Amino acid sequence: MTTAVLFDNVSRYFGAVHAVDRVNLDIAEGEFFAMLGPSGSGKTTCLRLMAGFEQPTGGHIEIFGETAEGVPPYRRSVNTVFQDYALFPHLSILDNVAYGLMVKGGAREERRKAAEDALAMVKLPGYGTRRPGQLSGGQRQRVALARALVNKPKVLLLDEPLGALDLKLREQMQEELKSLQKSLGITFVFVTHDQGEALSMADRIAVFNEGRIQQLGRPEEVYNQPKTRFVADFVGSSNVLSTKLCQRLGLKAAFASLRPEAIALAAPSNGALSLAGTIAGQSFLGATNRVFVDVDGARIAVASPAAHAVPPIGSPVTISFAARDLHPMEDA
Amino acid sequence: MRSEKSNRAPLGLKVAAAAGLAFMHVPILLIFLYAFTTEEKSYQFPPPDLTTQWFAVAWDRPDVWAALTLSVKVASIATAVALVLGTLCAAAVSQTRFFGRETISLLVILPIALPGIITGIALRSAFSMADIPFSFWTIVLGHATFCIVVVYNNAVARFRRISGSLIEASMDLGADGFQTFRYVILPNIGTALLAGGMLAFALSFDEVIVTTFTAGQQSTLPIWMLEELIRPRQRPVTNVVAMIVVVVTFLPILGAYYLTRDGDQIAGAGK
Repeated sequence: MTTAVLFDNVSRYFGAVHAVDRVNLDIAEGEFFAMLGPSGSGKTTCLRLMAGFEQPTGGHIEIFGETAEGVPPYRRSVNTVFQDYALFPHLSILDNVAYGLMVKGGAREERRKAAEDALAMVKLPGYGTRRPGQLSGGQRQRVALARALVNKPKVLLLDEPLGALDLKLREQMQEELKSLQKSLGITFVFVTHDQGEALSMADRIAVFNEGRIQQLGRPEEVYNQPKTRFVADFVGSSNVLSTKLCQRLGLKAAFASLRPEAIALAAPSNGALSLAGTIAGQSFLGATNRVFVDVDGARIAVASPAAHAVPPIGSPVTISFAARDLHPMEDA
Repeated sequence: MRSEKSNRAPLGLKVAAAAGLAFMHVPILLIFLYAFTTEEKSYQFPPPDLTTQWFAVAWDRPDVWAALTLSVKVASIATAVALVLGTLCAAAVSQTRFFGRETISLLVILPIALPGIITGIALRSAFSMADIPFSFWTIVLGHATFCIVVVYNNAVARFRRISGSLIEASMDLGADGFQTFRYVILPNIGTALLAGGMLAFALSFDEVIVTTFTAGQQSTLPIWMLEELIRPRQRPVTNVVAMIVVVVTFLPILGAYYLTRDGDQIAGAGK
């Protein structure tokens, strides 16, 4: 398989701030790759390093086998969908989409045709004569997508493209982006701070924190077997069991993660592990109740089906879970 | 609760406002009136009779033409210099971060805050020290110092409203620096530059103080008028020229006002 983007020990420092710190990445051609992390974790800087807006302080970047350091953005076969869309306010939608072809000197008629096709692809046919100011947020997002894709990039970079959309529109765009990526076969690199978005869309996820990759893997791996406390907490709020609790459960590892939905508020059936505690609080989340159970001072979150009644706060309770849902962690 | 009535100004305030405006503008109308008087020695009111002969006289006076041409040339070149340098400076200050950025911003604006006479004296002594003879070019340099300020101020305000990602988006789509300037930056700051340029032209066209210190033997139009007032000869000719100056400076300022007002929609980053 061809490597689309390669990061070899790449760093980007801004003075004393290590925005990106010795990152290694290997994105395959045609992959939908998500970079997930909180703001300031270095994921956007990595994207900007790929686009060419930033140059690495150290390390080596390759895009489809070609060295990327020192190559300006306008000579890279990558295109970006910006977080704020960055549509040109003085140009019509058609001219916005055709911009890349225009600066490369394409014939006027071809440009128009290609731009119209791109607009049709993002389901905005006939919007060419409007101005960016006349479109809704979701429509602008589609235009930004069309403007990038019309250049047939080898890699499409998306910087939190769905961040400004409301929930319903976001879910719809997630599906559309995914099917678009499948049908075009272009490598997508997607930056997001929304773990649900990363889990549902990506083929692989790199979880960033403080300029470094904490874990890189398929969504199920990252979700079910978080390597560090940060990943456990950031990707779906896993419980991290302390060394003391691990010992009590007979585990060799120093720390272990346990997902809230793997725990039941019930006495153990055969083979299951259990801990005794008291109910410390609860919140209603719709399909489930999130119940917090205090076990020797450690707070353990349990996702309990909303149909099940939750005992009042302070009641003693037994929680149980299967041994296979306990995942040992490297550190905490 | 606010009633409709409370939004209406009392009669006294209206009269005061009208009087204030009249105080500012009626004297200018008097200048216009005296351009048509038949009395050429003194400003006698009311004028004994009205005539348009002074327009013809002014037309035939070579010194008027010399002064007018010089003023137009100086203003054009000073404006051109200011447009280039002011835009570059505005781009640097608004688009990048560097040590001393705020200081540079202040230093660029300073010449317009300083009294013209100080700028004038400073430039005059600097030119003498450097053995630069006073000429057309020293006037242009003197005017450029304050013309840059108005261009810079207009451009920097507009630059700040261009979202930085617009420039990155252009580069990302394959445009190099020159293409980005041509297709993205210029269309977005164009009206601000035109407005700044017009203001700069108008400022230069009626400037007296800095000019008196930086000019050699040449007289720009305002200087020529000043001299005419001291040595009266065909006095209404001065008024005719004054009318021209008012028109030539008023139109660009009016234009600049409308351009920057409309510019609000153009410059938005489309967020």
